[in-house]
Amino acid sequence: MTDQIPAILVLAPLFGALIIGLAGQKDHRVCFPVTIVSLLVSLFAAFGAVVEVVRSGEIDYFMGGWEEPIGIGIHLHIDSLNAPLLVAIGIVSVLVAIFSIRRIGDKNTEKTPHFYSLYLMLCVGLFGITIAGDAFNLFVLIEVSSLTSYGLIAMGSSRRGTLAAFNYVLMGTVGASFYLLGVGYLYLMTGTLNMQEIHTIFLANPDIASSKAVAISFILILIGIWIKMAFFPLYGWLPNAYSYCPSSSACILAPLMTKISVYVMIRVMLGVFGIEWVFASPGYSNLVVWLAVIAILAGSMLALAQREIKKMLCYLIVAEVGYMVGGAWLADEKLWGLTGSLYHILGDAAMTLCLFLAAGIFAKRFNAIEIEDLEGLFKKAPWTAAGFVVGALAMIGVPPTCGFFSKFYLIRGGIEANHWEFVVALLVSSLVNAVLFFRIFEIAFFGNKPPEGHGHHEEEVAELKEEHHPEIPTWTGTSSLLVASAIVILLGIFNGEIVELIRIGLEDLPQFASRL
Amino acid sequence: MRLSQIFATIAVVITGCILLYGVSDFPGFGDPHSPANAGVPGSESVSQYFITESYGDTKVPNLVTSVLADYRGYDTMFETVVIFAAGMAIFAILGAVGGGGQPREQSEEPFFVNGDHSRIIVGTTCRLLVPVIQLFALYVIGHGHYSPGGGFQGGVILAASFIIIALSSNLNAALRRLSEANYLRIACIGILIYAGFGVLCQVLEGNFLDYGLLQPVLLTDGPEMARSHSMLGVEIGVAFTVTAIMFAIYANLSSRGTLRDGL
Amino acid sequence: MAEFFQQSFHAHFNFWIYVILMMIGLWALIAKNNLIKKLIGMSIFQTAIILFYVSLGVKAGATIPILDPYGNKEQAAAYAEESDPAKGKNEKKGTEEKGDSSYVGKKSPNPDIMANPLPHVLMLTAIVVGVATLGVALSIAQMIFKEFGSLEEDEILEIVKGGNVDD
Repeated sequence: MTDQIPAILVLAPLFGALIIGLAGQKDHRVCFPVTIVSLLVSLFAAFGAVVEVVRSGEIDYFMGGWEEPIGIGIHLHIDSLNAPLLVAIGIVSVLVAIFSIRRIGDKNTEKTPHFYSLYLMLCVGLFGITIAGDAFNLFVLIEVSSLTSYGLIAMGSSRRGTLAAFNYVLMGTVGASFYLLGVGYLYLMTGTLNMQEIHTIFLANPDIASSKAVAISFILILIGIWIKMAFFPLYGWLPNAYSYCPSSSACILAPLMTKISVYVMIRVMLGVFGIEWVFASPGYSNLVVWLAVIAILAGSMLALAQREIKKMLCYLIVAEVGYMVGGAWLADEKLWGLTGSLYHILGDAAMTLCLFLAAGIFAKRFNAIEIEDLEGLFKKAPWTAAGFVVGALAMIGVPPTCGFFSKFYLIRGGIEANHWEFVVALLVSSLVNAVLFFRIFEIAFFGNKPPEGHGHHEEEVAELKEEHHPEIPTWTGTSSLLVASAIVILLGIFNGEIVELIRIGLEDLPQFASRL
Repeated sequence: MRLSQIFATIAVVITGCILLYGVSDFPGFGDPHSPANAGVPGSESVSQYFITESYGDTKVPNLVTSVLADYRGYDTMFETVVIFAAGMAIFAILGAVGGGGQPREQSEEPFFVNGDHSRIIVGTTCRLLVPVIQLFALYVIGHGHYSPGGGFQGGVILAASFIIIALSSNLNAALRRLSEANYLRIACIGILIYAGFGVLCQVLEGNFLDYGLLQPVLLTDGPEMARSHSMLGVEIGVAFTVTAIMFAIYANLSSRGTLRDGL
Repeated sequence: MAEFFQQSFHAHFNFWIYVILMMIGLWALIAKNNLIKKLIGMSIFQTAIILFYVSLGVKAGATIPILDPYGNKEQAAAYAEESDPAKGKNEKKGTEEKGDSSYVGKKSPNPDIMANPLPHVLMLTAIVVGVATLGVALSIAQMIFKEFGSLEEDEILEIVKGGNVDD
């Protein structure tokens, strides 16, 4: 059974989505149990993958048994870089599914099966992207996850959400198309689509690797993925799309979509082009690190300017993407930046989940959309408040949480690579986060409202309030929030083990033997 | 000039220059020895393998079909899932309600509205045309092994036959033949057929979509023929989904999700 | 100049066309004010990529990648004649089967006389993805029209900013 793990990961949610499509229309009660069961199967398989990877290093799976010659069939690949990510996707999707029970269905119950079916197909896409070993297969799965997320964002009842979804469709399509074009250039130059094989060809033929077409394919793929992850100049679609969509959709998309794109970028850098090729000319990596610095600072500053909780969190995501991209491009000798980046993908998924779940619960139960609406809420909902505080502390980078350790590794990488601007940006961003969240704590604990200054955005707020349902039970949401905050702390405590796993994965890649 | 136009011009010029800069390095157009067609030194191109070996592996003369449904069958399954996801997203966005399955109350006269005889010619022509279109669609699906065709193309043609009914009469007439509840069901069943073939291979202790192992189930002579027949099976699954969702997209878009009147 | 034209433009004619098409699409996508025109731009953009991929698989003088087991004896004979002896290792599989096809006993086809099938397969996927995206985008555009009463971007932004909706 263990050799079928990669197939089970993607097939379980797929079958769940189909069963919901078949049976869920008649009886909506089918939807939730099927969702949970299929996601639990995937989560179980993800744990199995980690165990197997720790035991034997990596799992290769050849679809249809087409193994030789390499590249004719589709190759799935799990190693210690993506195995932890699989577990993260599994946990986040299960927790958000629990959070979303009876939530999406309240207002218009007839959309329940559509929601869960799209939700499961989104998970199929995310699992598939993570384990893909074929450049074109990656594109198809990016499209599976993108199309489902367009649907999840646009199905809300807010007008701005619809508009944001339209922009997201345009940007997302351009991003995916650029990625597809980059893969086409790679195929043109190498004659294969298998990532490992492309890398082997680059190593064996330096003249191909140094051609203009390959350089441009890298730029195209990078731009495509940057659009998908909302990296600094290309982040325009994200804040509106994630803040005006239904809470359940935001909770699954915000922690996972951008992080998976960061993982794809790292996978392309390491597995397709190779780190030596990517970092061959320091000018480009300096440029990207500077872009990341701007992303971090701009994201933090814009977050400071927001009055709505969800929008603020969205701008924080933009800053966090800056952390991860910058860390991956630090190019320090021992690759601590890259390690920190990979660890931060996991940590950031957990803490974003915490914050978005808490924001969702506040919005649902107390109609708290703006920061000022939180006044006194921490006393009314102590458990939700606890989850929010843990997420916020992780965002700031307080020691027992994972946020501290990822910043630690990133700063270590920044210092070793002599990128002081990156270190400064990280520290400034932590400071801004501290200001931001302590302001919220102050309002929420002590009820010190800042002076009234309502402008013209009441309508904006009114639209966010549309999905308010005070009567629904929230123990499901609170319990998944508490699990999420426990994970934030556990990730921090066990950071040594996780980083060790990531380092093993980095050492296994042939080009690192010399570096580590 | 508006700001967005200036911005667009700058973006287009920069992107275009980058792309053209890369083009100058390409192998010539139509060069049979380009890396994509012939591979690089030390590594044969996969397309050469497909041309020389795939008939032996699968006994399917149409190389595109064998690559699509067998070597890259995993991609094709997700391609079908993309279609299905698009359908689901459209239902969710436009608020179309599944279930029920009864066509909405409307004029029951399928091909011409009472008193309006101007549509008789159109209606009658389309009524005569529809079976031919559907027969051709089935031919395209079934003959995908030997000629250009397959599940996607045939499925779209089949969906077109329903759309022509909706266009020549009204949406209700088409929905009575392929109702809302049914098209959702058919779409799901299509992917289930596809994934079912794959899982059956797993049950027989192979990898997902390793059709060769289905030889004892399909009772063919040799794993090659098992691959060939399984490909036909998955193409039929693809055709189910594509037909259903293409028609569903038309029905929902043309009636703004209400499934009444249509265009 | 003539040499540049010969080398860069003439030899890569299709690739130039694809870049031009793609830029037309991108321009419409960014600059057009009407949402439907934006979607048309998006479609042109995606179609340009399809042109690019299909151009990859072209071989001068090659035929479609479909073997013709039942007829066209000339073509079948041509496969046998043109077959490269170096590819002899490929004969072992498949072509030895006693069966219905006129390939019995023949050598494997020479890859140079058939177009590359892989880009066609990939583009079938890309076309399907393009159709799916367009469908979803159109349905979102319908919702936007229903809620804002307009498909012009500047008018919609005006409504969003001003907050005064009279529809």
